[in-house]
Amino acid sequence: MDAELRTLAGWGRTAPSTARVVVPRTVQEVIEALRLADERGVIARGLGRAYGDPAQNAGGLVIDMTGLNRIHFIDADAAIVDTDAGVSLDTLMRRLLPFGLWLPVLPGTRQVSVGGAIGADIHGKAHHVEGSFCDHVAAMDLVTADGEVHTLTPDDELFWATAGGMGLTGVVVRAKLRLNRVETAYFKVDVDQIDNLDELMARQSVDDDKYLESVSWFDTTVTGPHLGRGILTRANHATLDDLPRKLRADPLKFDAPRLLTIPDVFPPGMLNKLTARMFCELWYRKSPTRRNAIQNITMFLHPLDILGEWNRAYGPHGFLQYQYVIPFGQEEAVKRSVRLMVDAGHVSLLNVLKRFGDGNRAPLSFPRPGWTLAVDLPVRRGVGELCEELDELVLAAGGRLYLAKESRTTPEAITRMYPRIDEWRKVRADVDPKGIFVSDMARRLRLT
Amino acid sequence: MIDAVGSPQSLLLLGGTSEIGLAVAERYARQRPLRVTLAGRPSDRLDAAAARLRNAGATVTTVPFDARQPDTHTEVIEKAFADGDIDVTVVAFGVLGDQEEAWTNVDVARELAEINYVAALTIGVPLAERLRKQGHGSIVALSSAAGERARRSNFVYGSTKAGFDAFYTGLTYALKPHGVTVTVVRPGFVRTKMTEGLKPAPLSQTADQVAEIVVNAVRNRREQVWAPAAFRGVMSVLRHVPRPIFRKLPF
Ligand SMILES: Cc1cc2nc3c(=O)[nH]c(=O)nc-3n(C[C@H](O)[C@H](O)[C@H](O)COP(=O)(O)OP(=O)(O)OC[C@H]3O[C@@H](n4cnc5c(N)ncnc54)[C@H](O)[C@@H]3O)c2cc1C
Ligand SMILES: NC(=O)c1ccc[n+]([C@@H]2O[C@H](COP(=O)([O-])OP(=O)(O)OC[C@H]3O[C@@H](n4cnc5c(N)ncnc54)[C@H](OP(=O)(O)O)[C@@H]3O)[C@@H](O)[C@H]2O)c1
Repeated sequence: MDAELRTLAGWGRTAPSTARVVVPRTVQEVIEALRLADERGVIARGLGRAYGDPAQNAGGLVIDMTGLNRIHFIDADAAIVDTDAGVSLDTLMRRLLPFGLWLPVLPGTRQVSVGGAIGADIHGKAHHVEGSFCDHVAAMDLVTADGEVHTLTPDDELFWATAGGMGLTGVVVRAKLRLNRVETAYFKVDVDQIDNLDELMARQSVDDDKYLESVSWFDTTVTGPHLGRGILTRANHATLDDLPRKLRADPLKFDAPRLLTIPDVFPPGMLNKLTARMFCELWYRKSPTRRNAIQNITMFLHPLDILGEWNRAYGPHGFLQYQYVIPFGQEEAVKRSVRLMVDAGHVSLLNVLKRFGDGNRAPLSFPRPGWTLAVDLPVRRGVGELCEELDELVLAAGGRLYLAKESRTTPEAITRMYPRIDEWRKVRADVDPKGIFVSDMARRLRLT
Repeated sequence: MIDAVGSPQSLLLLGGTSEIGLAVAERYARQRPLRVTLAGRPSDRLDAAAARLRNAGATVTTVPFDARQPDTHTEVIEKAFADGDIDVTVVAFGVLGDQEEAWTNVDVARELAEINYVAALTIGVPLAERLRKQGHGSIVALSSAAGERARRSNFVYGSTKAGFDAFYTGLTYALKPHGVTVTVVRPGFVRTKMTEGLKPAPLSQTADQVAEIVVNAVRNRREQVWAPAAFRGVMSVLRHVPRPIFRKLPF
């Protein structure tokens, strides 16, 4: 197993650093890899879809987990899959659908690994019903700093320190996931085009519980009375009876087309106010209010996949994603944050707003009851200042930022946002007393 | 670590009283909590520099550094890195000297060469080694437009800066695979204590204007910038002016 020097960055391509990278193929090789760690430590990396710097380790060792890519077994009767941590959710979905099995938590991209999904305790549009990823993990195998393999269940404290623990408790090598059953791979979708933020939020608050999936996209390019206009999209799994005849022949087909890939040639200014306004206008207009539309996986779950590697449109300086959750009752703060973004004139295309349900026991898990909002912001002058203003607003409202998206806040802010972080640090220190697990994010935010 | 919007958490200033260097540190300190290490010759000026940055909100320590004692330079770097990773290092020490003396008095010529060029290497080599191991970080190397083409008025200084520039430009290539960015900055005339009493040249700037250019260049991981940016164009013209004409130009 040779180590190769590689420069790694997150999905936002903002803060690259160099590390020695190894790609183990077996659990034994993961254990051996840990011995290669020197004083600059080691961290696991999945598919690098976190936006910032949690899956890189400057000057140290990075374990690329994509070599652990076996699905061990699928128990269709018990609705359980036992899989290596390097397997992507995309692969899992494709393998599970023929059995009528479905992953209960799916993020905005399927290109994340099981290990990354546990490391960030990811959530999807179904959070208000399904909770987050680790709520569906029946067991996981964790290799800790001493090279031991621990099989953890939700009864273990270490299980919850690893959920959302950003790879800092050890390396997850394998997991057993509980699954849902579906009759079809399609969604029955209700769409509401709503022309201002107040109403968008009000409508989303009324009957979310009737839907498994619920999310809004909102426009950050218009001001005035239509500020925060948007599209509320809510859905349930389509049953066999819901499908039109031509889809009924193959209802569990993995139907996820990708239409267009953006070439890597965009100049930094390509995404400007004008092009963003055009995009938002189109996105808004293409989604008139309608009921019971049948949509495939791409259309409903991953509409941005139609644009292939859309992050390239943001240009070579990269971009960051700002995602917070602000507790219910603080709706004014949510609205103020949208106004701040719109007034600052920073263009963003992917703007989503969703209501979270209850959180879980993990001290660093992000979701908690409240409004979660995410925007993509290309890096340019002034974006740092805007985010600082937003941080203050989020802190004042008792909210927090999502570590899987985080790339620029302060250690002090994170400590205030995650009041149980010391509890997590204690569990972590017990299992990694020498502190061999470390990442650029852990250094930057002084997490450990 | 340098974050997604280009703000560092720690900064080392080699030439701890440099007005340009301090302006850069001050800009960063105003953005974010910043740990600064000032490397310089102990003096009231150095203490005042530390006080200025503390005022701007930074945590400051000083490390003794004399450019003319190259044998100590590895130790200077070790001390500077003792408190942890350094995100941005500004190489800002330098002397301009009296140019007529510089090409007629061997001691003055040697002083310029030892400070501006030799020390840039003897401190630059251990610095590069530390950053290579660290796997991230940024060097801001304050070169000079004077190094671009020898001029009658300041060619000794210019020759030292030409050597300085070539070394740090080379480091740009050598360190890139190790996650470290080097930004070579070529200012024109900057109104600081270095140029005190001299008649400002065209397009002269303040230290803070240069600092703004530096901060943007680091954020965008630029490898070479001129200050002001317009100098790039001016220089590419001057570079091609035939020598018989160039030597007669009034600077
Ligand atoms: C377009 C897009 C949309 C997204 N939408 C959502 C969304 O809707 N909801 C959501 O929650 N997130 C979303 N994300 C974020 C993404 O789900 C998380 O960042 C996820 O962690 C990425 O998984 P990965 O395999 O790429 O992990 P990486 O980015 O490689 O790593 C993320 C973290 O997990 C740790 N890790 C990875 N593998 C292991 C392992 N085997 N053992 C221990 N630790 C490990 C790493 O150390 C790191 O701290 C989105 C990202 C993108 C790019
Ligand atoms: N100002 C300009 O017009 C201009 C233009 C182009 C490039 N530059 C370059 O930019 C850099 C910074 O310049 P500046 O304008 O900020 O000048 P400055 O304020 O005069 O700073 C020069 C620095 O060099 C230090 N220094 C001199 N001799 C030293 C020695 N033997 N050992 C250690 N440190 C020594 C000085 O420290 P002490 O306080 O101990 O003397 C001071 O910190 C220099 O490299 C300069 O060549 C300047």
